Amino acid sequence: MFSLDGWREILDTIAKNRLRTALTAFSVAWGIFMLVVLLGSGQGLENGVEYQFRDDAINSIWVRGGQTSLPYQGLQPGRPVQLTNTDYDEIRGRIHGVEHITGRFYIRGRLTVAYGNETGSFDIRAVHPEHRYLEKTIVTAGRFLNDIDVSEYRKTAVIGVAVRKALFKDADALGKLIRINGLAFQVVGVFTDEGGEGELEKIFIPVSTAQRTFNGADHLNNVMFTTGEASLAESETMAAAVRQRLAATHHFAVSDPRALSISNNVEEFERYRQLMNGIRLFVWVIGIGTILAGVVGVSNIMMIVVRDRTREIGIRKALGATPASIVGLVLQESVFVTTIAGAVGLLMGLSVLEVASRNLPADSSFFRNPAVDLGVALEATLLLIAAGVVAGFIPARRAARIRPIEALRED
Amino acid sequence: MIDVRGLNKTYTIGRNRLHVLKGLDLHIGKGEFTTVMGSSGSGKSTLMNVLGLMDAYDSGDYVLDGTLMKGLGEARAAHYRSRLLGFVFQSFNLIAFKTAVENVALPLYYQKVPRRERDRLAREALDRVGLLDWAAHLPAELSGGQQQRVAIARALVSKPKVILADEPTGALDSATSNELMKLLRDINRTGVTFFIVTHEHDIAALADRVIHLRDGRIDGDERRPPHV
Repeated sequence: MFSLDGWREILDTIAKNRLRTALTAFSVAWGIFMLVVLLGSGQGLENGVEYQFRDDAINSIWVRGGQTSLPYQGLQPGRPVQLTNTDYDEIRGRIHGVEHITGRFYIRGRLTVAYGNETGSFDIRAVHPEHRYLEKTIVTAGRFLNDIDVSEYRKTAVIGVAVRKALFKDADALGKLIRINGLAFQVVGVFTDEGGEGELEKIFIPVSTAQRTFNGADHLNNVMFTTGEASLAESETMAAAVRQRLAATHHFAVSDPRALSISNNVEEFERYRQLMNGIRLFVWVIGIGTILAGVVGVSNIMMIVVRDRTREIGIRKALGATPASIVGLVLQESVFVTTIAGAVGLLMGLSVLEVASRNLPADSSFFRNPAVDLGVALEATLLLIAAGVVAGFIPARRAARIRPIEALRED
Repeated sequence: MIDVRGLNKTYTIGRNRLHVLKGLDLHIGKGEFTTVMGSSGSGKSTLMNVLGLMDAYDSGDYVLDGTLMKGLGEARAAHYRSRLLGFVFQSFNLIAFKTAVENVALPLYYQKVPRRERDRLAREALDRVGLLDWAAHLPAELSGGQQQRVAIARALVSKPKVILADEPTGALDSATSNELMKLLRDINRTGVTFFIVTHEHDIAALADRVIHLRDGRIDGDERRPPHV
């Protein structure tokens, strides 16, 4: 069935039936074009939402001490609840499902930090090593705080890139001693963060060192931990377990709403996940709809084409064409046209996405980096080609089976 | 050339069975110029389809050029059509988007004749019907008589043993019809057997032999001295 001469006959037929070819080609190219643009836009929307939630999309639970509001076992309400290192150890060791955990000890106000003649005032955060998982801290040089820093009360510091820039200009900061409120701390790492400018002006120091240096005893202001793969319900169980355990330690009623503030970001995270899933589903539903419309369009055109060619098929048969050669003629033409048109639609769609993504403002937060999975686009093109073949095959075979005399009689 | 014995053909349309050809016997010798006449429903179109290998028959034998044509599959029938038969239709049946020479060359395409050879033979055939100058024209640019001559060239090009023509002059005026019949007679003289279905008496009058069909049977078979 495949021969150079056969293809000449097909190309000749295509060249001389421009309208028919153009219609088929257009419906295929349009279908693919729309699909690519749509999938790309969906991806852009998804990226935009992801970007907006980039710093909060952490499945974490934050615990903060409060003030009791209910009397408990003879104790008056209004007592403050102060979290301590013991609470940190309890949650870390006894609550099932905790992934990464850190405490935070607050140092009020900004402190003066100096290196040589350069000074600046920066926010100091006293934390445990696993803090970096909760804020998505990215270490760009050196290392983050480690367990030895905490256990040995080392005076080490990890500084934000803005701090490094302010104190060291272009010089290397690692290993240098900076003075925080007059005390020398060694810079062991530099970090960046996607959360915004303010995050980059922070300095992390070991929580234990800060407690000792700034008269913090064993106090912690916050304990926060991530919940790993826990579902919303599981995370709520974890939050309830934390409340129950701390209520026993700190002597307050479990039902006291003010004694402890527990904020569960998993809820938020879940909502975010649902939003993303919603967008994906939406894009796919419309995408499948587009493809189906394309399939119906191609099928329709193929049926019309075969009907249109019934007489020609009859003539060809009378002149000695076998049924197989008729089916081949119709289908090869269809595959040829659909393939080229599909490729054209694909290219046009990709170009539109490319142009769009170049012209988007860099800080656009709703729509970012529209892109399409090339594999998906190719599969869609193949699907349309297959639809053309199937839709062409049935009427082509029927037409090839008609006795030539009947085909010729049909006017 | 054509040998038909006891040919039966029945069409089933819904519940009705229509017995169209009722035990037909027919012998047509090589080089004969035969016309078949008959009113509509006499079975002449059916006979033409069976002889043209475009329709199967129920019983009897049909021998064409020494080969028994029985129970042929579509592909075999297509093969014999392309080797032995040429067709001329009332409505010309040229492919509208192909030029005259491309239309004429089409049967050779299905015989797998190389492209250049096809073109040469097609031009030769067009020359024979006097239309070589019109080779590059589309059917729509030709008159009815010219179109039918292109169709005749197409029937000729594969050098068939038999040309079957279904009312070849039905769509033409009488002057054009006469010219066309002359052309067919000329071709006939080179040894091609003709089998022409017509209902026009003056066309039939030009034939060597006129067969009358009636109700699926041969009702009359006149032979005439060859015309000049």
